[in-house]
This record gives sequence, structure tokens and C-alpha cells, in this order.
Amino acid sequence: MGTYPKEMQESIERVEATRPARLAAQPARLTLPEQEALLQGFHPDHRAEGKRKLRVGPSWGDPVPHELADLLEAYPLLDPGAVDVTKPDCDVDVLVVGGGGAGTVAALWAHRSGIPAERILIATKLRHGDSNSIMAQGGIQAADKPHDSPAIHYLDVLGGGHFTNDPRLVRALVEDAPEIIRWHEDLGVMYDKAPDGTMSTIHGGGTSRKRMHSAKDYTGLEILRVLRDEARSRGIPVLEFSPAVELLTDAHNQVVGAVLWNLETSEYTVVKAKATVLATGGWGRLHIQGFPTTNHYGATADGLVLAYRAGAKLRDLDAVQYHPTGAAYPDQLVGLLITEKVRGLDAQPLNRLGELFVHPLEPRDVESAAFIRECAPPEKGGRGLGVTTPTGMIGVWLDTPMVDMIHGKGTFQRALSSIYRMYVRFDIDPTKEPILVYPTLHYQNGGVVIDEHGWTGIAGLYAAGEVEGGVHGKNRLMGNSLLDYNVFGRRAGIAAAGWAKKAAPASPTLAHVERYVGELKAAGVPPTRRAPLLLPEYRGERALARMVDLL
Amino acid sequence: MNEVTVFIMGKGYRVPAGLTIMKAMEYAGYRLTRGCGCRGGYCGACATVYRLKGDYRLYADLACQTPVQDGMYIAQLPFTPAERPPYVLDELKPEGATLLALFPELARCVACNTCTKACPQKLEVMDAVQASLRGDIRQVAELTFDCVSCGLCTMRCPAEISHHHVWQLARRLNGAYLTPRAEHVQARVAEIAAGKFNGELDRLVRMTRDELVAAYKARQIEA
Repeated sequence: MGTYPKEMQESIERVEATRPARLAAQPARLTLPEQEALLQGFHPDHRAEGKRKLRVGPSWGDPVPHELADLLEAYPLLDPGAVDVTKPDCDVDVLVVGGGGAGTVAALWAHRSGIPAERILIATKLRHGDSNSIMAQGGIQAADKPHDSPAIHYLDVLGGGHFTNDPRLVRALVEDAPEIIRWHEDLGVMYDKAPDGTMSTIHGGGTSRKRMHSAKDYTGLEILRVLRDEARSRGIPVLEFSPAVELLTDAHNQVVGAVLWNLETSEYTVVKAKATVLATGGWGRLHIQGFPTTNHYGATADGLVLAYRAGAKLRDLDAVQYHPTGAAYPDQLVGLLITEKVRGLDAQPLNRLGELFVHPLEPRDVESAAFIRECAPPEKGGRGLGVTTPTGMIGVWLDTPMVDMIHGKGTFQRALSSIYRMYVRFDIDPTKEPILVYPTLHYQNGGVVIDEHGWTGIAGLYAAGEVEGGVHGKNRLMGNSLLDYNVFGRRAGIAAAGWAKKAAPASPTLAHVERYVGELKAAGVPPTRRAPLLLPEYRGERALARMVDLL
Repeated sequence: MNEVTVFIMGKGYRVPAGLTIMKAMEYAGYRLTRGCGCRGGYCGACATVYRLKGDYRLYADLACQTPVQDGMYIAQLPFTPAERPPYVLDELKPEGATLLALFPELARCVACNTCTKACPQKLEVMDAVQASLRGDIRQVAELTFDCVSCGLCTMRCPAEISHHHVWQLARRLNGAYLTPRAEHVQARVAEIAAGKFNGELDRLVRMTRDELVAAYKARQIEA
């Protein structure tokens, strides 16, 4: 099609020139010390100026990105004088805060554990299902093939997380994985399979076995819409456009529900609950260090803010996951996710000269650091071999035509139909031309501390999905987030149901918020800072910001 | 900066050329709640209809995926009400008559093809309606796999079909009943339940960091 500008076109000719040799060779992997050196030198987490130590709360002294610290060290949005929390509008057994994957799974399993549908409530900020879960493209891991095992999966997860993960959580993750896949089959998820039912599985970055299950490159969408449909079949009530703005606690420091805010009518709803499951997702829309993001509009770290005020500990929030392959051209697509499955299907990352500069499937943080080193100017220690676009973006090539050359014509369109559709809209045919990519903010590696039942350590409060931490340590592998929300959504839903059957909540209060405000004042936090954020601000020039502020 | 004029619900704004409809609305000063979700073409929240200068057609697309054009008249659809009959998958049979029994309005299709023209994913929507009428569940599932449930076909359909709910049911019937189960998954679930990996996992959980690093380095990587 030749829609790339002339300067980029010249680089594409070099990519084409090196392709025959690359098709014939096997790329080499980095050793652990080489990986470490790359991370130290070029991963954004290692820029000290990007973080500061928290000055209030249960994780006092822990370094987190400034963008998150500004929300944790902030006063409530809620005006305590405007709402009487002792008079609930609604009383349930299990309140699920967040209607993405983790929340939907938690609600389904609370129901299966004996809580009647009408005694459950899912409250969510946007629509039921609007979440990062629905956007996941590449796949879900499970060690269910004969030459694989949960123990091998365990080692891959630990190594990917640089051995910082909570072993109990990793064990739960890998042991439950095959059962989750079987449950999905029961519910009717259309996984990619051979005609005899054998799962089609491929590698992801950092896996030692081909255990990535997928549903084309709409894996997240396919799983989530089936779960949502099942929740509808079971009659589980959902309150949309109603984010939680504060948790409620009682005189015994138990969490006993939440205050919701109706985004459309600007009214509070007080929900009293015996058990509360926090499933609010991650932080991508905080645009940490100015990066564009792959994340959903509502990914603003609300759950971290709420849980922290209620006394929950946080962990590993100094580790931000930048997905190596965010789109870098054309402008309209900047930051959007190009699934790791493209590299799983053997497309290679190349510099301006058409050279392969890193193995395509290193763990995500290592791969991202390698891309940044390739693009960074020599005066900053980089190699200066990125490709610059007419609007000043920079990136490396992902040699997408290799997919069909290696796996047969038609593979790309069949296995990567959403990516294909995305580029063809802009007259770029990824089966004929490479695409330009650069790391993009993708995932919150850490989060609220939980045990293997999703319990936060605070009576009545559970957490599941991206909001919790420990499963992935400092770096998550591809395919373990869909697995995480299913495993821990299920476990949190079961545990919440168990607690709800015996809990005796006293009258709801905002006492924990008052205590926290006292700490904020003592620490001298500027009174203008408010949280949770609920929605990012893109009005006016900010609509453009994500297109230009990358470098 | 190159600018174009767009009319958002009738009101004119100058915005930079090349923005998507969604970003153009934000640039113009809208803070979106309805009509904005994943911002990446997966969730179907941002169904939008528009007209172009001097063109009689009413176009439909996703606001997050569509660049603005000069003179564009834009209206977002905040929500498409659609009827989903109550059902539980376990109680249904994967038979041709199932779809029509639950969604009898399928039979009102007049084959006008308006649904297909409205689809931002460029799916063969009317073919899927016809396959539903024939009871070909597998074909419905395959034709609609890339559906994002934006509701644009439903909004335009003179037969008032709730398309995405029909597709959802067809895909679940196909996945649960018409596709062979993965036997290796069943086998592994049984092995885990029988405790086959307990010893190995117990040992791994107790390992020191150095032992783990050594075990990690020693992994064989499947070619």
C-alpha cells in the first residue's frame, strides 16, 4: 500500500532486505545478568525522579510513582456532611465494587456459594464489562498440556516477576488455572482449538512452555462477554455509572459496604454490605511518567485509594508495566495495544537499519527496556536507532509480514483480526508492511496485599484482579492477568460469601476516613488534592497530549 | 495546526484535523461518561452516528476509531436498549430452533442489509441473521465472533432484532456444545485434584531465592 511517509519507507526497504536472513536464523535470549543490566539502564522504573516515598498510611515509606502518591496523599472527594451513612439506601450480603472481569467472576462465585442473586450487588463506574479485561488480546495461561505442569508454570511466573512474588499466591494461580479453563468451556467460551478439541497454544514472553490459550486476538472480549452473559442469566443486579467513592467501616474496623456516586445524577448511594469485594482494576489512566496507555478510560486507581484509607497495605507499586508494543504510528493509534501474540507468532522487533536487536519474547519489562535503549539518543546511553515519524514520535519496527511467511498466508487475518482491522482503517496492511511500536503503560504489577483467598487482612474486605498485588511481583507475564482475575475473583467471591454468612456488621461510619484526614493534615498535604480521581481529564489541549508528549 | 469544523450534536467547533471523533469531542470541551469505554475498539461503548456535508446518508461507527472530517455532523448514542430473554445455558439444547424460540423477532428480518451497512466491525450481520433463521448456530458464532455489542445494527434494524444478544447465545451454544472439549484440560484438572503436583509445588514454595534462580535457569524451553 505504501502509505508510510518517504523517510519511513526507506527504513522499510532495509527491513525487507534483512528479512531472508532473519527468517533462516534463531534469535538468542539474554542471560539473567544481561536482563538486569538492561532494566537498570533503561526501564522507566529505574528513574529515581519518577517516584517518592509515601508520607502517610499503612505503607508509609514505600516508594510509588508521583502520580499515585498524589492520589494516596489526598483528601476525600466525598463531603461527609452531604450524606448520612447510618441510613443505607441498599443492604446486601456481598457488594462487588467494579464490573470488569474480577468483579463479575467474584459475583458469580459468591452466588454459587449460596448467596441469593438479589443479595449481591455489582456497582461499577461505567458499563458492566467496560474494563481492561475486555481489551486483553493475546491470551490466558494454564499448564494443561501433557509436557507442561503447574510447577513449570510456577517457575515461569516467579522468574518473570524477578522472584519478588508472593509464593502462596503464585501457587494458587497455577494450581487453579486448568480448572478455570474447564469452567470457561462449560460456560461456552470459544477458545482456539484443533478439530479434536485440543487447545491451540503458543508461547508468551518469558514462558518455557506453549501454554497461551487464546480466542483469536479478542481473548479478553470473548471471556468477559460470556461471564457477563452468565451473570445476566443468574439475575445478579448491576448498578452502572456508580463508582464507589469511599468504603464504610463499623466500630470494629470491619468494612461494611461503600458509598457510591451516581455519575449522571450526582447523588450518593449508601450500600451496606456484610462483605465487600474490591475489583476496581488498575492505574493506566494516571499516565505515569507521561506515557500513553493501553488502558480503559476508567483505570484510575480508585480501589487503591479507598482500600488504603481503610487500612489496607499496598505492595510492589514501584513497578509499572510498560507493554513493549504500543502502536507508535499513525497518530490516531498511539499507545494502543499490539498484542504480544504478534511476537508469539514470530514477528520480530527491528531497528531503523532492519536489525534484530533483542529476542522477541523476553519478559515484558526487559523487552520494553531494550526498545527504549534502541530509541534513546547516544548522549543518554542509547543506540539512537529508532524510527522517527513526521509528528516526532519514535519507535521500532515490528516485522508483521513474518507471521504469514512462517505460519502460512491468512494466519494474520485469522489469528490477529482486531489488529488487522485497526491498521487497515488507516490504509496500512500489516501482512505486507511492518508496523511501528514503542512501549506503552499497560499494567499495575502491584496493589493491595491479599492472602490466597483474596482477603486483605481487614475484616469484610476482599480484593481481586489488577487492584491486588503479590501475584506477579514486580513484573507480570503475558496471559497471567486474565488468569489472575479468574483465579482470585473466584477465590474472593467464595471467601466473601463465607464471611457474609457469619458476619455481624455494626452501624456504618466514615471513621476511618476521618482518621486518615487527620494523618493528611499532620503530614501537611495540600488541601486542594482530592481522590479518587474517577475519570481522567482530557478536555481541551489535553486531548492532544497523549499524541505528542512521549519523548 | 490543520483544523476542521465539526458539529457535535448541532454545535460547531474547530478541532485539529486527524483527531478521532472521541478526542475531538474532548478537545471541544466534553467530559465523557456515556459513550466512552476502552478507547481502543473493543468495548462498543462509543457508538456514534454522523452525516457528511452534502451527503444524504446516515453513517455509523465507533467514536474512538474514526477520524473526524471537515463538516461532519456527529451524534453519540449513549445506550441502545435491547431485549435479552431470560435463559440459563445448561437448560438449552444446541438445536436450530433454540435461537428462534428465544428471539422470535428474527423472523421479521426483511433482508434490507441495513445492519451490515451500520456495522463498524464490517461484519456480515445480515448473513448472521439469515444463519440464525436457518438454525446454523456454528455459522452464526463464526460470523459474529468479532462483534463488540455496540448496538448500531439494533438501532438501525426495521425488524427490531436485538442482534448482539442473539450472537452471544449462539457463541455460547457453539463453545459449550458444538465444539469438542479439550481432553487434556479435563485430565490435568483430575491430576491436580488427585494431588499429583503437590510434592513438587510444596518444594518450590519452600525454596530460597538462590535455589529458585538455579531452577529457573535450568528450565528447558519448548521450541
